Amino acid sequence: MSELKVSDKAIVVPGELLAQGMDFLPSFGTYRIKEDIRAARLGLLKVDGKVLKIIPLSGRYIPKRGDTIIGQVSDIMIAGWRLSTNSPYEAVLGMKDATSEFIERGSDLSKYYALGDYIVTKIINVTSQKLVDITMRGPGLRKLLGGRVIEVNTNKVPRIIGKLGSMVSMIKDATGVKIVVGQNGLIWLEGEAHMENIAVEAIRKIEKEGHLSGLTDKIKDFLTNKLKEVTK
Amino acid sequence: MSASLLNDTMQQHLTNALNKGIRFDGRKLDEWRPVKVEYGISKTAEGSARVKIGETEVLAGVKLFISEPYPDMPEDGSLMVGAELLPMASPEFEAGPPDVQSIELARVVDRGIREAKAIDTKKLCIKAGEKVWIVSIDICTVNDDGNLLDASSLAALAALQDAVFPHYDGTELDYRQKTKQKLPLTKLPIAVTVYKIGKNLLVDPSPVEERTFDVRLTVTTTQGGMLCALQKGGDGQLTLDEIKQMVELGLQKSAELRKCLKA
Amino acid sequence: MAYTKRFDGRKSFSDLRPIEAKAGVVPRAHGSALFRIGNTIAYATVYGPRELHPKFMQNPKTGVLRCSYNMMPFSGAGERVKPGPNRRAKEISLVTEKALLPVLDLSDYPNTVVDVFIDLPQTDAGSRCAGICAASIALADAGLPMKDLVAAIAVGKVDDKLVVDLDYQEEAYEDGPVADIPVAMLPSTGEYTLLQMDGDIHKDELYKALELAKDACNKIYEIQKTALKEKYKGQEGGDEGGDVE
Repeated sequence: MSELKVSDKAIVVPGELLAQGMDFLPSFGTYRIKEDIRAARLGLLKVDGKVLKIIPLSGRYIPKRGDTIIGQVSDIMIAGWRLSTNSPYEAVLGMKDATSEFIERGSDLSKYYALGDYIVTKIINVTSQKLVDITMRGPGLRKLLGGRVIEVNTNKVPRIIGKLGSMVSMIKDATGVKIVVGQNGLIWLEGEAHMENIAVEAIRKIEKEGHLSGLTDKIKDFLTNKLKEVTK
Repeated sequence: MSASLLNDTMQQHLTNALNKGIRFDGRKLDEWRPVKVEYGISKTAEGSARVKIGETEVLAGVKLFISEPYPDMPEDGSLMVGAELLPMASPEFEAGPPDVQSIELARVVDRGIREAKAIDTKKLCIKAGEKVWIVSIDICTVNDDGNLLDASSLAALAALQDAVFPHYDGTELDYRQKTKQKLPLTKLPIAVTVYKIGKNLLVDPSPVEERTFDVRLTVTTTQGGMLCALQKGGDGQLTLDEIKQMVELGLQKSAELRKCLKA
Repeated sequence: MAYTKRFDGRKSFSDLRPIEAKAGVVPRAHGSALFRIGNTIAYATVYGPRELHPKFMQNPKTGVLRCSYNMMPFSGAGERVKPGPNRRAKEISLVTEKALLPVLDLSDYPNTVVDVFIDLPQTDAGSRCAGICAASIALADAGLPMKDLVAAIAVGKVDDKLVVDLDYQEEAYEDGPVADIPVAMLPSTGEYTLLQMDGDIHKDELYKALELAKDACNKIYEIQKTALKEKYKGQEGGDEGGDVE
C-alpha cells in the first residue's frame, strides 16, 4: 500500500519522509530510496496526482535562459561588458548584442554602458559551465538611470509581478513609480521619493506574506491607506 | 538595498530624497531605528551584551586577567579593545587578520572609554608594580545592516556594565567561580556618529547611506554632556558651523541612547 | 568511586542537555541558524553559492563547501581566546566540512563556493557538534539541495558509564577513564559522517556508544526540523500565479 506521509502544500525539510510505496513518483527536489520518497531540499511539497515535487522558498538566483534580469556593469572588456547578476555567475554582453547601432572595433565602450550602470537585459544562453550570454535586443531592455535597486527573495518574484503583471501594475498605477522587476531578485524603482518608499513597502509586504489568497486585495488596501496618509 | 548596488546616479537620487527630508527607509534624518540592549549573553565572558539597532546586531564580551602593570603606571590596571568584522555578518567581510576598518572601529570604542576615564583604573590594582587587572573587551559583529560603529560602542559599554570579577585568592584565578564584585565603572561614554550627505546631517545610517556619505563625525560624550572623544571619517571636509551642528546632534542623541542602558 | 549521578543533574546517562534551535537569525546571510545545547551556543551562517576566489581553487564540476569554525574571544571557559584560526579551529573546520559534504549536492553550481561560518559566543563542551547541527539548519535555510540534515552529538564513557552529550565537567572527570566521541549522522539512514574519539574505551563499549548516538541524533533532527518549519510557517499558501514581464 502506498501512503502519503505529508500533506500537499506543507513545508518540508531535507531528509523528511514524504511518501512510501511505489505508486508515487519523485520529481524536482525529491528522491527515492527503495520504498521511500524523501525531500532533497527545503520547500513546499506539491502533490500533483502521483508526482511529488518541491517548490523552493529560499535560495539564490541561478541564471536561466530566457529570463529577464537586472544586471550591473562590473567590467568593460575589449569586445563587450561583464555584468554582475545577483547570482554566483557573471554575464557577458557582447558588442553585437549591446545596441542596434554598429559599434566600431576599438571604440570606447563606456559611452554605451559605463561601470556601475544598471541594465534590464535578457539571458540568451547559459552553458553547462554557467557561462551566461545576454542581449539588449528586445522590448523593454534598456539602461536604468537613477532610481534605486532593492533585493528581494528570488522565489517571490512571480507573486510580486502577479498574474499577467497585475500586482506590479497595481503598485505602479497607485504610486506613479516606475518599476522593473528582474527575475534575479533585483527590482529597480524610480519616482517621487515618498511614493518610492510606499512602493518598496508594498513589495516587502508581498515578499513576507504567506498566503496568496486575498493578497491582491490586501495590497490594494495597503496602498489606498498609505496614499490617504500622504495627501493628508 | 545592498550597498554594493550603488552607482553615481543612484547616490544622486538618494541625496535628492534627503534634500526633501526623506530617507529610503522612511525615517526622519535624526531618527534611530529601535535599539535593544540585552545583558549577559555569554556565560563564559566576565561580562557581555548584545546590541541590536534595527537589524544590525553586535555582541561584546569582557574578559579579565591579571598581568604586570606598565612601568610608568605601576598602580593602574589597563584596557584592551578588539573588534572583529566577522564574515558571518556581511558578504563584504572577509576572513583574515583585522583590516583597517575593524582597527578604526576598535580604536574609536577604546578611545571613548579610555578618555572618559570610564573605568577607575586605580581600583584595578592588586599589588602596585606587580599585579593589576587587565580589562579586555572584544566586539563581534553578527549582522551588518549599517551603523556598526555606534552599535559596537554601545555593546562594549553594556558589557562593561555587566562584568563581574572572577574569583582570585591571591595566587590562582578561577574563571568558573564568579564574584559579585562589579567593575569600577564611573561614567558611561556614548558614541553617536553623525553623517553628512550633501548638505544633510543624519544619524544611524543604513548600508546605502554609509556607502554614500561625504563626511562623518563620531562624537563620544559622557553624562552631563562633556565630550571625551571625536573621530572624523570620510573623504570630505567640514566647516566649523557643520562641526557645531554635528556635536549638538551627537549630544542630543547620546542622551536618548543612554536611556537604553540599565542605570 | 564509580560515576553514579550526572554532575549537572540530568536524570539519565542518555539524556541530552536542553536544546534550542532557531533558523534565520542573521538576515544578511543566505541561510543562518542558532543552535544551543546546554551552555554551548553556536551560530552558523551560509553565504553562497558565490564566486570563488582565487580562481585556481574553483572546481569546474561542482561547487565547493568551505567551513570555518571560530570561537569568539570571550567564549572559552578560561582565558581569552586569541582571535584568528589556530590549529584546533582549522582541524574542526575540516572535519565539519567532511561531516556536511555527504548530504550536499552542489553539482548544479560549478566553480562556486558555499561558505559556512560557525561562530560561538559561549562554549561548554560539544562545540563542534553544536556547530554542525547549526550549519546543517543554515544550509537547508539557504535553499541548497541536500538529501538530509546532519545531526551531531558527543557520546562516550565517563568512568564505567556510557554517556550521551558530555559536558565540560564530564570531559574533565579525573577519577576514572573518560572517552569523548563526537559523531555526526544522517538521521534518515543512520550513517555516520563525523567520527572522532579521544580517551580510553573498549571496542564493545564503543559500539554501544555509537548505538546510543542514533537515538540522540533522531531527537536532534526533530528539533532541527521544527526550527526550519517554524521559520517558514505561514508560507504554506502555494506560490503559483504570476508571470514575468
